[in-house]
Amino acid sequence: MVMLENLSYGDAGFGDELLIGTLLTLELAVVSLVVGILLGLLTAAAKLSNNRFYRLLAQGYTELVRGIPEMLVVLVVFFGASALLQTVAGWFNYDAYIEVNAFVAGVFALGLVFGAFSSEVFRGAFLAVPKGQMEAAVACGMTSWQAFYRIRLPQMWRFAIPGLGNLWMVLLKDTSLISIIALDELLRWSKVAAETTKQPFTFYIAAAIIYLLLTILSDMARVRLENRANRGVMAHD
Amino acid sequence: MIDLSLIEQYGDRFLDGTLITLKLVLIASILGLLIALPLALARSSRHRRYWMPAYAYIYFFRGTPLLIQLFIIYYGLGQFPAITESFLWPVLSNAEYCGLIGLTLNTAAYTAEILRGGIRAVPRGEVEAAKAYGMSWWMAQHRIVLPRAIRIAWPAYGNEVVLLLKGSALVSTIAVWDLMGEARSVFSRTYALEVFVYAAVVYFLLTFTLTRVFSQIEKRINRYLVSY
Repeated sequence: MVMLENLSYGDAGFGDELLIGTLLTLELAVVSLVVGILLGLLTAAAKLSNNRFYRLLAQGYTELVRGIPEMLVVLVVFFGASALLQTVAGWFNYDAYIEVNAFVAGVFALGLVFGAFSSEVFRGAFLAVPKGQMEAAVACGMTSWQAFYRIRLPQMWRFAIPGLGNLWMVLLKDTSLISIIALDELLRWSKVAAETTKQPFTFYIAAAIIYLLLTILSDMARVRLENRANRGVMAHD
Repeated sequence: MIDLSLIEQYGDRFLDGTLITLKLVLIASILGLLIALPLALARSSRHRRYWMPAYAYIYFFRGTPLLIQLFIIYYGLGQFPAITESFLWPVLSNAEYCGLIGLTLNTAAYTAEILRGGIRAVPRGEVEAAKAYGMSWWMAQHRIVLPRAIRIAWPAYGNEVVLLLKGSALVSTIAVWDLMGEARSVFSRTYALEVFVYAAVVYFLLTFTLTRVFSQIEKRINRYLVSY
């Protein structure tokens, strides 16, 4: 089977390159997740704040990101950032083409997308914790920060996991978009291998199967996390 | 900073691209829905030989990136002489058709899951009532279950069409001249970032309009329901 030889590990095949690409894909997804969660929490806080300006800003950001293709976000961040850097460099009489690091641009773009969608998940989770519990906490003598940290936050997690799980799956698949700005992640390596060996089907299917495995693993992790987060809640029906 | 001469010079290309995008989304959503219906029924079946293949199809298309699916169809299938020499090749070597096929197969999987959710949410009592009236399985499906399921699933389906519209931008990577493809090509010639801003505005207006249309239809199809 010549076809499978090309997938082998080592110098003869592209197996090791695919592995390296997969690791970079995972790294990209995890770092973007962290950035996206922080951005999502911040945006959710802005949406729930009493300040009209913050609310409008957060709302505008969410609507904008929801309404345009992820691929466009990636391109705007990548080329926008390098144009910005070039302008700044121009002030210091430095004229050269500056290219932004594709990983950093990728994290920023995917984080922006995740932040917009997760802000709605966090907002919903915040509101899902019954008001009476917060009142009870304050009645017990907790400060509002203590009540938030001890009562609301642990329960928000429970409500947020299903939504965040879905967004993680979307994020994982969206990492493939970063191959467009030439980051050497899984799809980019598959493309290189496909062009070198003239076996595009073999390598794109291989990439698809790797993504499928990552999806299955994520699914399993989500079920575990959900069960763990719900351990204090009695099962209904 | 904003250079309006770009619109003068490339306006036609933006318009052409937008029309291609709309065409792809419209045809893919219709064909996708047609595939999704039997797929959802098969997925809801109790018989292994029906639900297993439907489940595998849905899992594959939802579990892998659309970008890779497009690459497999457009670049991948050419690997096999059996395909390049067959009567299908004129279709499968055409980027636009490949984009359409990829978008259709992908949205069919998501739509099937949405429909299945809708079918499951139809109140049991209504299905039992249909049975009690002596309706056959088929008749109950098309008179009671599906009309109800579509109304329940409508908002989620609206979201999916918006995602399809946004996802359609990916066909630009297999050399389809949709809105995104035109924008990228103009950008590579001019290096003017405004090009992407214009594309973003058009996409935003399209998704905004689509969302509105769907919520209007939702109101209309559910007008017989009394709101409490």
